[in-house]
Amino acid sequence: MTDAEILSVLRPDGTVDPSLDPGLPDPELLSLYRHMALLRAIDEKAVALQRSGRIGFFVPSTGQEACSIGAGHAVREGDWIFPAYRDHGVGLMRGYPLAALVGQILGNTADATRGRQMPNHWCDRSIHLVSVSSPVATQLPHAVGAAYAAKVRGERIAVLATFGDGGTSTGDFHAAMNFTGVFRLPVVFFCENNRYAISHRVEDQTATRTLAEKAPAYGLPGVRVDGNDVLAVRKVVGDAMGRARAGEGGTLIEALTYRLGPHSTSDDPTVYRSEEEVAAWRGKDPIRRFAAFLMGRGLLEDPAAEEAGAKEIVRRAVEAAEDAPPVPLSSMFEDVYAEIPWHLAEQRDSLLSGKG
Amino acid sequence: MPEVTLIKAVNDALATEMARDPSVCVLGEDVGREGGVFRATEGLFRRFGQERVIDTPLNEVGIVGMAIGMAMNGLRPVAEIEFSDFIYPAFDQIVSEMAKMRYRSAGQFTAAVVVRAPSGGGIKGGHYHSQSPEAYFIHTAGLVVVMPSTPSDAKGLLASAIRGEDPVIFLEPKALYRTVKEEVPQGEHLVPIGKGRIVRPGDDLTLITWGAMVPVAEKAAESATAEGASVEVIDPRTLWPLDIGMIEASVNRTGRAVILHEAPRTCGFGAEVAALIQERCFLHLKSPVGRVTGFDTPFPYALEKSYLPDPERTLRAVRAALEF
Ligand SMILES: Cc1ncc(C[n+]2csc(CCOP(=O)(O)OP(=O)(O)O)c2C)c(N)n1
Ligand SMILES: [Mg+2]
Repeated sequence: MTDAEILSVLRPDGTVDPSLDPGLPDPELLSLYRHMALLRAIDEKAVALQRSGRIGFFVPSTGQEACSIGAGHAVREGDWIFPAYRDHGVGLMRGYPLAALVGQILGNTADATRGRQMPNHWCDRSIHLVSVSSPVATQLPHAVGAAYAAKVRGERIAVLATFGDGGTSTGDFHAAMNFTGVFRLPVVFFCENNRYAISHRVEDQTATRTLAEKAPAYGLPGVRVDGNDVLAVRKVVGDAMGRARAGEGGTLIEALTYRLGPHSTSDDPTVYRSEEEVAAWRGKDPIRRFAAFLMGRGLLEDPAAEEAGAKEIVRRAVEAAEDAPPVPLSSMFEDVYAEIPWHLAEQRDSLLSGKG
Repeated sequence: MPEVTLIKAVNDALATEMARDPSVCVLGEDVGREGGVFRATEGLFRRFGQERVIDTPLNEVGIVGMAIGMAMNGLRPVAEIEFSDFIYPAFDQIVSEMAKMRYRSAGQFTAAVVVRAPSGGGIKGGHYHSQSPEAYFIHTAGLVVVMPSTPSDAKGLLASAIRGEDPVIFLEPKALYRTVKEEVPQGEHLVPIGKGRIVRPGDDLTLITWGAMVPVAEKAAESATAEGASVEVIDPRTLWPLDIGMIEASVNRTGRAVILHEAPRTCGFGAEVAALIQERCFLHLKSPVGRVTGFDTPFPYALEKSYLPDPERTLRAVRAALEF
């Protein structure tokens, strides 16, 4: 495969290219599908919660499910994940509990991170799912450091860092790619090229023809994959993670995909893209495409029933977490430092006494 | 105990902590083979190897960002920024990532990185080799900011910073690197974070200062003695969280305070210290809290001597407070 080629496994007719099939067992295939359906159901519910004023904001990943679910499936015990805000699927696929995800969105005491951040900024130490921050691509140098630490300690693990096409223009991307090449570190840079950074088209983000071709400038291989093909994503990320674990260094993966919804609940995409363009991509819906394959294999009978089931699971998770009490006022002052210093203790006491 | 310079004490702290704890690593530009442009890391590369003494590419985002990831995955990185004037490319990594990791993850992840940076003027370095950026970092929730002024404090505070659980901006007054020498305890030596030092006791006025201004304050205090006034000099050493108890007790006793720093005046840390003093010592104050600072200009090359506060300027502020 040359750098410009786009790897696909799922053929338009719902069959697979046997030479590229990652050969996952049937229950795993079904699990990929169910997680994609779950992800979409989360989006739908979260957007509804935002519209009804129960949460402030949400970043959906509708249309990009194959990317985060396929990549997440390639992550193994001990690996690290440095995700962007749109990649809840990666954590979900790795075992980040739905209840925790929903709690984070609600920001009440059901949130393990105590309502500290807006929705989409999850983390879970137990699976090395690192805390998301909003500034684009800042997690990439952290992935480098975690990989370096693993190398120092002789751990054979890989680090997955995810980000968008816009992220490739940042200084942090450059720094992280360069450091990874120089120190030969096991970092897999998974770039979801959904063609837009909010309104900004990828053609205006870079003068290179592809994003993958930036990799050789850092001494890394760059590959392109069909980001709406969960098996192709699984294969490419799995291969790259495998090379990383084997000490063969990092990889830049460019997954070509499209976000079918708005950038966030605050965005109106009709301002910057046409309905025809969206419709064309809707025809390549990654969930429907994978469902067709599973039905052909006799693994799936009724996708509509599966999707309804996913919605019900999400509805129940929200119901269970929604009425959790709000986070206590005093928690505002905790976790700033390892111990609460005098000035924060004073500010806390003054707020709690009602005199502040 | 041998007499050593401040830079040697920094080097000693790094070597001692690296020998004690294999998870301590240093990283930065020219820190390995070269031993650092100021020689802070001299000898570490040979002794501890290239894996723990890391010569990085020239990129401050990469240095601090990588250190954050190293800390999250169990190492204790000490990142060197070659001059604090070049810390700004890493500002986002420091302010939004390193300082916030604990809070945003509710303690699941922490970034206990020490970022060392030579700071301040006095070496004819012009604007880009002389700035004092402490206020930016003190203003940032989640950071500890330290600035030692003696070799012994440099060694003990750096060791405490490395062992601590919070991210630390460790600013080293480069003007003092080789100009002050004193006996420094050998082997493990800790100075607690958050505790100030009374440099010189006195009864009539409290002069609060840090970094390379400490010797300036001492000279001013000496001249004041010759004029019959007794000046107490306090070096907080840890700028944030500040040892407010020490300052409060002193000012309540003396009734007068002057703050001296080389950073620009407006929103300099002196402004915060002055506010804290008036909030806490109001009824004891006999004069307005005074400030002697750098000017609100870029750091000038040719006029450096006039920009930096000196003992005369300090003494004038001391006299003004005493005669108020
Ligand atoms: C450093 C930084 N600048 C600006 C923003 C505001 N912003 C949020 S998302 C975004 C676009 C990111 O696009 P991309 O990297 O392609 O990811 P996508 O949202 O498409 O998944 C921008 C400009 C930000 N979060 N961080
Ligand atoms: Mg994008």
